[in-house]
Amino acid sequence: MAIIKTKIGRRSFIQSVGLAGGGLVLGVNWFASCKADANSIKALPKNWYNFNGYLKIGENGIVTIMSPNPEIGQNVKTAMPMIVAEELDIDWNDVIVEQANLDTSLYKGQIAGGSQSIRASWEPLRMAGATAKEMLKQAAAKSWNVPVEELTTASGKIIHEKSGKSEGYGSFASEASKIAVPAEVKLKEPSAYTIIGKSKKNVDGQKIITGQPLFGLDYKSEGMLYAMIVHPPAFGLSLKEADFTEVKKMPGIKDAFLIDSYTDPAKKQWCDVSAFDKLAVVVGDSTWKVMKAKKMITGSFEPIGDSSIKVPFFGSEMEIITPAGLENSEDHTKKMAAPKQKTKVLRKDGNPQEAFKNAAFVLERSYSCPFLAHSPMEPMNFYADVNDERAILVGPIQTPEFMETTASERLGLPKEKIDIQLTRMGGGFGRRLYGHFLTEAAVISQKLKAPVKLVYTREDDMTNGVYRPAYYATYRAAFDANKNLIGFHVNGGGIPESPLVENRFPAGCVEHYLAEEWEIPSNITVGAFRAPRSNFIAGAEQSFLDEVAEYMGKDPIDFRLELFERSKTNPVGTNNDYDADRYAGVLKMVREKAGWGTDKPGVHRGVSAYYCHDSYVAHIFDVVMNEGKPIIQKVTTAVDCGIVVNPDAAANMSEGAVIDAVGHAMYSAITFKDGKPLQSNFNGYRLIRHGEAPKDIETHFVQSEISPTGMGEPSGPPAIGALANALYKATGKRFYHQPFEEEIKILG
Amino acid sequence: MEIIVNGKPQSLDIDPDTPLLWALRDELNLVGTKFGCGIAACGACTVHVDGVATRSCILPISALEGKKITTIEGLSESGDHPLQKAWLEHDVPQCGYCQSGQIMSAASLLSENPSPTDEEIDLAMHGNICRCGTYKRIKAAIKTASVSK
Repeated sequence: MAIIKTKIGRRSFIQSVGLAGGGLVLGVNWFASCKADANSIKALPKNWYNFNGYLKIGENGIVTIMSPNPEIGQNVKTAMPMIVAEELDIDWNDVIVEQANLDTSLYKGQIAGGSQSIRASWEPLRMAGATAKEMLKQAAAKSWNVPVEELTTASGKIIHEKSGKSEGYGSFASEASKIAVPAEVKLKEPSAYTIIGKSKKNVDGQKIITGQPLFGLDYKSEGMLYAMIVHPPAFGLSLKEADFTEVKKMPGIKDAFLIDSYTDPAKKQWCDVSAFDKLAVVVGDSTWKVMKAKKMITGSFEPIGDSSIKVPFFGSEMEIITPAGLENSEDHTKKMAAPKQKTKVLRKDGNPQEAFKNAAFVLERSYSCPFLAHSPMEPMNFYADVNDERAILVGPIQTPEFMETTASERLGLPKEKIDIQLTRMGGGFGRRLYGHFLTEAAVISQKLKAPVKLVYTREDDMTNGVYRPAYYATYRAAFDANKNLIGFHVNGGGIPESPLVENRFPAGCVEHYLAEEWEIPSNITVGAFRAPRSNFIAGAEQSFLDEVAEYMGKDPIDFRLELFERSKTNPVGTNNDYDADRYAGVLKMVREKAGWGTDKPGVHRGVSAYYCHDSYVAHIFDVVMNEGKPIIQKVTTAVDCGIVVNPDAAANMSEGAVIDAVGHAMYSAITFKDGKPLQSNFNGYRLIRHGEAPKDIETHFVQSEISPTGMGEPSGPPAIGALANALYKATGKRFYHQPFEEEIKILG
Repeated sequence: MEIIVNGKPQSLDIDPDTPLLWALRDELNLVGTKFGCGIAACGACTVHVDGVATRSCILPISALEGKKITTIEGLSESGDHPLQKAWLEHDVPQCGYCQSGQIMSAASLLSENPSPTDEEIDLAMHGNICRCGTYKRIKAAIKTASVSK
């Protein structure tokens, strides 16, 4: 793929096609109606004038900017409006931010996934601001009878220097909103930015710290009922029937019944992953009553048969194979470690077979990680109010556009009759890409003909599937008699998906290279988990490279820099999916910032770097031993994500991704016995806690004018490699199999 | 029965075994207290009962007759408790879901121990999970609030 290096030229003109002028008048949002925004110290205008789907301006100069993409904690709700505000040239204090609902006529790609929100919207957001600014200038030029070229803008004002005139945007908003959207606009040079690159506080901060309603679970409507589901206790089972006799007699219980959330599996989309389509449902007038009633439901279950469906997946097709049976983690481990009869070769450079045959030494290591449950703190939930005419669906969903299609199909209502409203999400990490809970809520509401809030208990959430797959990879390196690296081989796979990304580093740096993968089908459902595939393979690869460098007697940073040099001067193959300069850049930066190479007594250091989701990140971990226990004293991070839109928030994302990655690598695992997940809540499933987090994290960003890329994911994957490499220095033991805590316990 | 929430007496006509969490959320429309696990293992539901940080998800209202309950909505008049201010200063939240529980645990800690050490913070906050990993900023905010006390 092409690495985006394009600098925004001085004469960057872009077409504004697709930005409709005079957009819709926005209705009152339930959340906003609960309590006035504590940030709204500014007086609200009497009239709003719509310029496009992203912004409206009041007669007093106050601007409302819509944040189109779902907010899962990645803080696009602050960053996206910042980009609009920058090109509009407005004072950030005069901006009110609102979450947009799903509206495919106004926005493209309303999805929270792959760290792509900022990258994909960089141009439309700037266009939205710049076109509105141009329209305001044209209105002012007409009003003042001066050439538009003589006007400039600053902080929400139109200025005519010659005459000394200066007036706020509000005075021209009415006239300007009627002007045709200009065909071309000029965008600012990054050096002229006054908002982008300056840290802005989370726009929902005040509401969060005072407990105002924001999240899906907080949403309510008049007469709303509460619903809960019961799914089979094990993967490989399907619900046959359920006895509701006792449940229906319980106080406050309105109804109990079975549903089929997906009646036609052939019509499933990629985001309709669900192990348990048939569910028992109980509905009542309070969460607690329903929660109690749910425990009284007795169901009978039957084994599932083998099945397979093909679903469209971003332009290609994905096959989901579901074998029958009740699976066990013990068998999974054996199957993954066993030699594979059949693998799929993804990339081959040179003659790896020959290189390994002739090698003076071959280093071989295997790595693994278990299934993980995403476990966002807000359990799965959704509100649905469905009748014969229309459906109103409100809640936390990363894929509203896709789920609109599913809901339309399943409810038998046209898409334009389905209104999906976005709430803030109490975390996502990929879990809320898969919206079966939205479909379930909609089906329940349609059956009841009443508004209903479906709430999962933590146990429902954790035992429902859509896990991070279990992965396994074997790395081999071939050396000649002079300890030169001549061959590199990775053979990896997973249950049920492979983690391999064949064109990433060190592809392109080694003469003889082979990447091959395998997959073991399973009826345990999986889905994208923050930095999918990279969340395992980066740690494995970066740990292995540390051992390779050690064998070669090289400093691990120098060793990597030499490889990047090779990929620049004399690259192997043509499809290398990284920019060697930017990759080397973060390594050099982290080396300098952490003072790599200077010995600190008792401090054991590990380094790692990775490129995924279009950004480059390097970490140095400092580990100290305290009574035989490793403590992460400090993490130094260098990030290259192009232009950093909101630096402090980007640092927050990076810190969080590091802690997230460390936590899962150290402590977390979902394991199975006869298809049943053995962990169902936070007593059995370990998540990292306060005292286990790195004591300090210092984040540095590469100064850049390259278009920005997302920060939700890239800092996580390399953290695991740096952790494992530092743990090795601290304990003398290499860590291959996650969760590492198990191996530390063995160390005593 | 009657409980006192954020200084106001509230009469509740619900099952006595109803956990305080659901009384707050479903009956009193105080949704700042969050549901995370239902087994007192994550801290999202933390409130103060007579000033002490308590998990509301397993606490039946029958045990609360006459007790003073403070939720995140009542921690301060206008969101200006030193911890709330520190939380904004450090721009702590990512998704934000666990933060009201984090703040309530931290407030209980500071009322007992106005200048906690790092280790004391880790211990007092152990029961509050942040899945987004904002632990570093939470600690920094607690330290800011403990200094400014």
